[in-house]
Amino acid sequence: MAKLIVSLDKINKRFAGKLVLEDVSLQLKQGEITTLIGPNGAGKSTLVRIVLGLLKPDSGDIKRTSDLKVGYMPQKLAIDPTLPISTCRFLQLANTSHQACHEALESVGIAHLAATPIQELSGGEVQRALLARAVLRKPNLLVLDEPVQGVDVNGQNTLYRMINDLAKTLNCGVLMVSHDLHLVMSATDQVVCLNRHICCQGHPEHVTQDPAYIDIFGQTTAPYSHHHDHDHSLHGDVLDDGHGEHCDHG
Amino acid sequence: MADFLIYALLAGLGVALVAGPLGCFVVWRRMAYFGDTLAHSALLGVSLGVMLDINLNITVTAVPLVMALGLVYLEQRGFLALDTVLGILSHSALAAGLVIISLLPDVRVDLMSLLFGDLLAVTKNDLWVIYGLSAVVLTLLTLLWQQLINITVDPELATVEGTNVALVRTALMLITALVIALAMKVVGVLLITALLIIPAATARRLTKTPEQMAVMASIIAMLTVVMGLVMSWYSDAPAGPSVVICAAFLFSVSLCRRQRT
Repeated sequence: MAKLIVSLDKINKRFAGKLVLEDVSLQLKQGEITTLIGPNGAGKSTLVRIVLGLLKPDSGDIKRTSDLKVGYMPQKLAIDPTLPISTCRFLQLANTSHQACHEALESVGIAHLAATPIQELSGGEVQRALLARAVLRKPNLLVLDEPVQGVDVNGQNTLYRMINDLAKTLNCGVLMVSHDLHLVMSATDQVVCLNRHICCQGHPEHVTQDPAYIDIFGQTTAPYSHHHDHDHSLHGDVLDDGHGEHCDHG
Repeated sequence: MADFLIYALLAGLGVALVAGPLGCFVVWRRMAYFGDTLAHSALLGVSLGVMLDINLNITVTAVPLVMALGLVYLEQRGFLALDTVLGILSHSALAAGLVIISLLPDVRVDLMSLLFGDLLAVTKNDLWVIYGLSAVVLTLLTLLWQQLINITVDPELATVEGTNVALVRTALMLITALVIALAMKVVGVLLITALLIIPAATARRLTKTPEQMAVMASIIAMLTVVMGLVMSWYSDAPAGPSVVICAAFLFSVSLCRRQRT
């Protein structure tokens, strides 16, 4: 039985009198990936912020293990361009060890950007830097709010794979907000479909068959998949994995 | 050299020393309007001090401090956009200060020196106040530095990682109020923000880390004080505006340097 790290019980939250979360109960366990899905305005980010302790619920109970250490990857980063700060220094704000920062950047594949001002990174590189900072403190809970926003489909796959690998290495629990269920499906242990209240939750295959899920998202149609036979590193070089040189669009 | 000139120079340098790093936060956190509001409330502090016959150093420091706390409170309530709140408070404070001064019988306050500074009238006593408060500000900035940078970069990440963001932010507001009370002597109510922002903006183009920028902003601010006083001495122009003109001049020179990309 995996260890329970955060447990929410009957959480309610209102903004300006409007009920945003209604009786939401949720359990996050060590080593388990929980994906939060739902339409816009469903309260996903609100729920995440409650888990993080950034917001207080109006009612309901939150239990956190005493040794809880959270790594948080926000949706985006807004640093004023007048603040001169390198990617490495940005990471060092979480953990002062230079060595650890370099290892974290290495683990997300952007070690070569350590000295680059963080405002000059591309969308995908920023996401990686944020992921690196989130795992830097060796958390036992990783919270990711739409971690692949603004990243192209190929990059999304890579980023999700990276998140899975890091979560496995750390053996931490993961709470992830995502729009594109088909991409995260294979790795997710628990899917929670939220629309103010929890519509349905459980194992991915089970959830996609649930009438409540189909009601919101429609029948799952096979997404257009675009397979490359090679990957690109962030330098733009082709990473040869033994297949041919050409792009095989299937 | 005349005593008053040495005092003016020392006072200007003392203020410039702290205006540099604090100005960086004003630029990074886009607090320019916040600075203006506190500056205008310092004028109200002068009026209240004169009216109630209290030492002006005390009221000029206390009123911005109270105003800063009020702003922190209103910002958290968030029922109006922050710049609207600032606009209301800023101009009300300025107007109230001016009205009170004009209504006081038998008191002739030199309005020009309040609005644009009176560096050449600095006394030995003022110097003690300036250097004492500068030391307090520098100590606080040094102690809180890492956390201040952290909440400036991303307050939510900082919170999750265990920083008490509300506390650090309030501290920064109070430090700002202190520096503004200090800077009032040098450049006056209307030009304080300039002394904070222009050296920091100039330093931005020359530096690569937050620390470098803070130190560089200090050096540039001190340089502009010296240049401004020299200019004032030879041209007989008021000292405060001269300092700001020199800061603006250095900024435009820095624009000529191509920024490393």
